[in-house]
Amino acid sequence: MEILVCVKRVPDTAENEFELNGAGNDLDRDDLVYSVNEWDNYAVEEAIQMVDKMGGSVTVVTVGDDESEEILRREMAMGANNGVLLSDDAFEGSDGKGIATILKAEIEKGSYDLILTGAQADEGAGQVGGMVAAMLDYPYASLVNKIDVMDDKTIKVGREIEGGNQEMNEISLPCVLSIQTGINEPRYVGIRGIRKVSSVEIPVKSASDLGLDAASVGSAGAKTRRVDYFVPDMGEGAEMLEGSTEEIIAKLIEKLKAKGGL
Amino acid sequence: MSSIIGPASYQLFGIFPTAILSFVLPVIGIGLFAYIMTRRIAPLVRAAPDNRFDHIGLRIKSLVVVWLGQIRQPRYMLAGVLHIVIFAGFLILSVRSISLVIIGLSDGFVLPGLGGWLGHVYNFIKDYAATFVLIACIVAAVRRGIYKPKRYAVPEKYGKDHTAEAVFVLGIISTLMISESLFEASELAYALTVDGQSHFLAPLSLVWIFKAMLTSASPGFLQGLHIFTYFVHDLAFFFFLCFLPLGKHFHVITSLFNVFFMRVQKGNIKPVQHGIKDEELDSLESFGVKRLEDFTWKHMLDFYSCADCGRCSDQCPANAVGRPLSPRFITIKARDLMFKNYPLSGEIYKSKILVEDIFTEDEIWSCTTCGACEEECPLGIEYIDKMVDLRRGMVDEGMVPQSLQKPLKALEKRGNPYGKMEKKRAEWADEAEFKAKHSIKDLGEETADTLYFVDSITSYDDNIQEIARRTSIILEKSGVDFGILGKDEKDSGNEVLRFGEEMLYQDLKQQNTEAILASGARNIVTADPHAYNALKNDYKGLPEVKHISQVVAQKIASGELELKTCQNPDKVYVYHDPCYLGRHNGVYEAPRQAMDAINGLTRVELEKSRDRSFCCGGGGLMLFFEPEEETRMGVLRVNMAAEAGANVIVTACPFCLVNIQDAIKVAGKEGQMEALDFTELIEQHLK
Repeated sequence: MEILVCVKRVPDTAENEFELNGAGNDLDRDDLVYSVNEWDNYAVEEAIQMVDKMGGSVTVVTVGDDESEEILRREMAMGANNGVLLSDDAFEGSDGKGIATILKAEIEKGSYDLILTGAQADEGAGQVGGMVAAMLDYPYASLVNKIDVMDDKTIKVGREIEGGNQEMNEISLPCVLSIQTGINEPRYVGIRGIRKVSSVEIPVKSASDLGLDAASVGSAGAKTRRVDYFVPDMGEGAEMLEGSTEEIIAKLIEKLKAKGGL
Repeated sequence: MSSIIGPASYQLFGIFPTAILSFVLPVIGIGLFAYIMTRRIAPLVRAAPDNRFDHIGLRIKSLVVVWLGQIRQPRYMLAGVLHIVIFAGFLILSVRSISLVIIGLSDGFVLPGLGGWLGHVYNFIKDYAATFVLIACIVAAVRRGIYKPKRYAVPEKYGKDHTAEAVFVLGIISTLMISESLFEASELAYALTVDGQSHFLAPLSLVWIFKAMLTSASPGFLQGLHIFTYFVHDLAFFFFLCFLPLGKHFHVITSLFNVFFMRVQKGNIKPVQHGIKDEELDSLESFGVKRLEDFTWKHMLDFYSCADCGRCSDQCPANAVGRPLSPRFITIKARDLMFKNYPLSGEIYKSKILVEDIFTEDEIWSCTTCGACEEECPLGIEYIDKMVDLRRGMVDEGMVPQSLQKPLKALEKRGNPYGKMEKKRAEWADEAEFKAKHSIKDLGEETADTLYFVDSITSYDDNIQEIARRTSIILEKSGVDFGILGKDEKDSGNEVLRFGEEMLYQDLKQQNTEAILASGARNIVTADPHAYNALKNDYKGLPEVKHISQVVAQKIASGELELKTCQNPDKVYVYHDPCYLGRHNGVYEAPRQAMDAINGLTRVELEKSRDRSFCCGGGGLMLFFEPEEETRMGVLRVNMAAEAGANVIVTACPFCLVNIQDAIKVAGKEGQMEALDFTELIEQHLK
């Protein structure tokens, strides 16, 4: 099975403290450390486990700059067979649709049975997977937490629904899936693993390699544009109800009625 | 005058010379033994290298103190005394055993040198030796078979009970003692009955008793008994010799070697592979122990040498709280695997990956590296290096628990497990009240004599930052010129190394070493025993490292630091020895001296103190690990303190403080017990 996993380099919420920059229109990116988006990492682990079981290969792809190469190497250290970097100045400022357009161009160059994306990204909007599927006219399932391969044309995918229940759906290949965290337990990749793949070749493809018109991607082709970044005003905080249990219950009912909750 | 016919000259049924048996039995016995030993040595030949021929002087000292002196035995008094008796008996009787083998071929043989008075003295001593060995065996058998002390129990998941093997061997040893004494007694009784010869015997020894019982026996009976007991002894002796390498009594042969080769340096971790320098690590195909053959030959010898006594597991805090780890069974399972894969006859089996075969991943991650097991083992068996090697293997294969992956990633990116920014590492010094009165030198910009190495938890944890402030105040008061590395300091990596992430540890070590040497500091002080241990024992080329308790004790002794009288004379204080200050580095007295310098402070001792201290739960990465356990180590420790009559636990380690503070809440003892850091106690009492 040939699997392509789309990964994104993001500033990890666990290792960063986010503040607005001086101009107040973006995050202060001076001291940020980056890593592969957590959901994408789960997707790569799932792909590797599937290929370990039934053969094939895992390719990881990202749209970014030179620095994005490090996350491709990390996923290859984890076990992905190939990495591709899609990089071009024209790609800067792409919105979700732009990224999807670029990825679609790369996907069409190969013949992949399965395309995985993370369900969402830190600093993302959870839209690229669905857009890529629509552009390719492939079936799409989101928030997948289980994949069972039936045969080389059909797979079953699961997602969690209300009450902690599980829903399973059949979907035909090739298709696009967005992967939810918790689908597996990703293996650890340490400095040593990364050093082992430090000299592996990672091809870089530009807009012209992909046959893309610069006007359809980047800020030139963006249909959405970020206008503001701000920290919301702090509210007064929580109101603490005092008194005995009966008194608190009475007050609570009053407030819920007054605000239209009951 | 006719004397009894010995086995060398006796003829069974008048025609068969028993001397033939005296020859054949030893030949078969020694031959079989040699074959078995060759098979047993086979896996060691394939094992990883180990550097155990250094520090010969210290090794000889271990041999004298631990092996010959049996110094660790009395830590469990009854079992210890029994063992010392049996061990001493074996050493003494080894001479007699050799003589006996030859007596079967040459009547009345006496070893050279034991002809005259020395021989008489020896006989006297050996008769009591045999007697005491027999008594010890009987007591031991009753203890094992009837009273069944808890630490010998075999949990169901580890297989069948081992009592039968233990009692069987005690039976063989008893047989040896009895048959040897009867062999001698029958000869002496015969001499008395037939010739009227009387020999002086050690009064009330086994031989003396048997001879007294045999005075009315017929010469024919005595003759028969003499030959019979000789061959019972001969057979039992060679059977026992060949039985030794088949089970836990292999230690009778391997103990001398195991103790000679045991660790002579404490607190450090073995390199990934002996003979491979840090710079060459990238060239290795595989890190750590994944299969049996990846262990070093000394570790394999450890597996062979286990006497199954259970003392390690009895002291193990992970075992006490119900984690899936029992050090005794790490060794026994590995030993049994060696026996299985390298059988006495037949093909050698290929080893599987250990954590998918005899061990579980959780079992290996459960260890806090406290060292209680190694401290206890009378045979010098090591555990920490094995756990680290197994973890190195798992990390190499990506098998790291999810709960540890986040802090490891944070350590890689930010140099601390919390993921906090490097530039905020020294923010503890900016606390308003503190900053108003004290300013801390940044050794990146200024110079100072001493480096105060703060390490991660003290730098970033809101509650623990107080330790940094108080340590600074104490150093200032003591007249120490010091500074910190601030944002150039990275986590010391003590746990990173011990959790098997070797390359990340090398990275942290390199960055810290560069920063420390660039600072020009001539000595280092820290309040974190984990940092103390790493900088002192694992890092190379650094100036001298001291723990704050050592500095305080020294300054009190020299008069540079004076303490007030106890501010809380009604409280009862108890000092808990942190594993990385106490057991691993031998610093027991300095904190106690400092506490005792406070007039009017009531201090008690925990039963499990000093090198028997009970781990609080662990530090560094262990704080992030989510173990399966029935209770917490900290809770057990808090209960021990309550039992000792204390209401304040003083500890000199930030991780101990965190664990014990949490445990007080979990144990529901808030208001009855409090945890105090050493620096807090001292700073409260500074004049």
